[in-house]
Amino acid sequence: MAARTQAADGKSRSLEQLMAAHEIVIACGSGGVGKTTTAAAAAAMAAVRQGGKVLVLTVDPARRLANALGLDGFGNTAKRVPPEAFEQAGVLPRGELWAAMLDTKESWDNLVRRHAPDPTTAGRILDNPLYQNITGRFVQSHEYIAMERLYELHTDGAYDLIVVDTPPTRNALDFLEAPQRMSEFFSSRLLRLLTAPYKSRLVSLASKPFYQVGDRILGTQFLQDIAEFFILFQTMSPGFVERANAVSRLLHDRRTTFIVVTTLEAAPAHEAEFFIDVLSSKKFHLGAVVLNKVLPAYLRDAGGNAARLAEKVERKADEMARKLVTDVDPDVPDAEQLRRVLTEVAENFIRFQLVAQREAEQEAALGKVPDVVATVPYFDTDIYDLAGLLQLGERIWC
Amino acid sequence: MSSPLRVPDLLDRKLIFVTGKGGVGKTTVAAGLALLASQRGKRTLVCEVDAKGNLADFYESGPSGFDPREVQPGLFTMAMDTERSLDEYLRLFLKVPVMGRIGPVARMFDFVATAAPGVKEILTVGKFCYEVRERHYDLVVVDASPTGHVIGQLAAPQAINSLVQVGLIRSQTDWMLEILSDPVRTGLLIVATPEEMPVNETIELSQRVRVETTVDLAGIVVNRVLPELFGRGEEEVFEKTAAAAVRKRVNTVVGGDLGPLLDAARLAVTLRRTRATHLDRLRSSIDQTLPMLYVPYLFSRTHGLRSTKVVAESLAGELGY
Repeated sequence: MAARTQAADGKSRSLEQLMAAHEIVIACGSGGVGKTTTAAAAAAMAAVRQGGKVLVLTVDPARRLANALGLDGFGNTAKRVPPEAFEQAGVLPRGELWAAMLDTKESWDNLVRRHAPDPTTAGRILDNPLYQNITGRFVQSHEYIAMERLYELHTDGAYDLIVVDTPPTRNALDFLEAPQRMSEFFSSRLLRLLTAPYKSRLVSLASKPFYQVGDRILGTQFLQDIAEFFILFQTMSPGFVERANAVSRLLHDRRTTFIVVTTLEAAPAHEAEFFIDVLSSKKFHLGAVVLNKVLPAYLRDAGGNAARLAEKVERKADEMARKLVTDVDPDVPDAEQLRRVLTEVAENFIRFQLVAQREAEQEAALGKVPDVVATVPYFDTDIYDLAGLLQLGERIWC
Repeated sequence: MSSPLRVPDLLDRKLIFVTGKGGVGKTTVAAGLALLASQRGKRTLVCEVDAKGNLADFYESGPSGFDPREVQPGLFTMAMDTERSLDEYLRLFLKVPVMGRIGPVARMFDFVATAAPGVKEILTVGKFCYEVRERHYDLVVVDASPTGHVIGQLAAPQAINSLVQVGLIRSQTDWMLEILSDPVRTGLLIVATPEEMPVNETIELSQRVRVETTVDLAGIVVNRVLPELFGRGEEEVFEKTAAAAVRKRVNTVVGGDLGPLLDAARLAVTLRRTRATHLDRLRSSIDQTLPMLYVPYLFSRTHGLRSTKVVAESLAGELGY
């Protein structure tokens, strides 16, 4: 394909350009659509073709990805993909590929240590029985920490490009709004009301009914535990709010772009459509849509010739089988068996053609907004090494 | 393939949680199972927990809310809303009249419920247990949270029990636990597709359920199973038909280019084969007595009442009805 140059309107025309023009690429989409693999493939391509230090940050603890990258596992600390892995894949990369996995607990612990006013308070927070529960289950804690870690890695400036996949969320919006929510959480009147009576030992008028109800349901002790925890947590407020706001700004920064990954099945595709709408309406930069596991084009059968033939074969399988049987198998001619095979072949085509045509419709709906739409065909086997990742990467690159 | 001793009692349970990795068709299976139960004369409630609001699509009914609606004879849908659940809870158990009257307190409580471990979960699970205890329905089917979150929900009563020593909620968790831990009344179904990641998550979850919750794993539903294209000896005949040497003759007889049809058949065979290896892995990694139910890949439509009926029918077949 001819070398493409950035168009005058400043829009990227390929994933290659998109990744050359940004420092952070965030892959999002619903679960099971190949987000992690796509992020890793794109990062590997960038390391090979564009050079520099490229980091793929994943939240998916799948061992397969580590194996594919020639690593025996990675964690919060980034590991470099060994040059031998590239050698084995038959390429000489211009740059370096690094991989890190988000360790939610460790990231939270680090965050607490950084923002607590002193080590004693940090220790008390980390030791609080509620802390683990809250960092583990607190709605959006996972989403927030993913974005927070991204921010940290980006500010450190150790990488030229960071490609990150997002946690599978119940709501696609969660991780976009998580920094904002986190900041609101700390500056909220609710938090002050909640912790006030235990600070001052004086139940304010506004929160009194709440505590009456709360006491009856949860028991005073539990409520006190919660309040104490929040009081401790609140000591981190100033740093936390500032940080969350910075994270939020980074997501909107022009150096950041989003890739929506989806298959063309109904449910993930609808979610992707919704996601595209949200990204556009909230003024995030939607860079590309990657369509995964797309059925081959011949199944879409634009002219309808193959489908007509399939119907004909279905109808006349008997007659065709009798005419063909000695050509196909002169040794053991079995017209009945050949009839069944022809019928199956015809019916199978009609079934898959239906699916492929539905996919074509979904693709048209998804392709309206973004500048770059890349399509990845159904691969026969799962990706298990760097060569496989790069093969996928080639399909989406330009 | 499935143990005849355990599968038939599935619909005799009172509370069935349906979970699975995102995108495997969890809601499809929950909707089909609930429809089947109602067709078999059971007054059935099906509830979506993560209100994406698409349960209604499976019955082609209007969106469901916290108040159950009858969408088919004997089949009711609802969407979980923890605020409404709390409201109901306060009215029923604490005789607190209406949340509205205490104004911002409701918001504040929602806030605590969001932050405090297990509170939101228990309002969700508690509501289902309550419906079971009060026998409002013969069966409650829950389109539960995906694999990543479902453990937290099912284990919430224990979590609360260990954190809260006194108070009303402590006494509440006891009867909830009793219902959840009873395999005669309660069961969990994991939905998987024969693909790598869903199979991995299913294996992992089936182990975690045993260790971290008291809920009985009732079975695994394998969704989107591709049909076997060729029977015995037929694949050989197919290869001979597809051979380049006879292609010209074949095309002449059928009166067109059979190429795309043959390619599609080959694709179908390959896809099924890849999936079969994942299925084998699933089978060999889980408790051998655990029932497995198979639901075919739906080529025609993936949404709407018609496809829900197809799923219900194939589940009926798998359950031996």
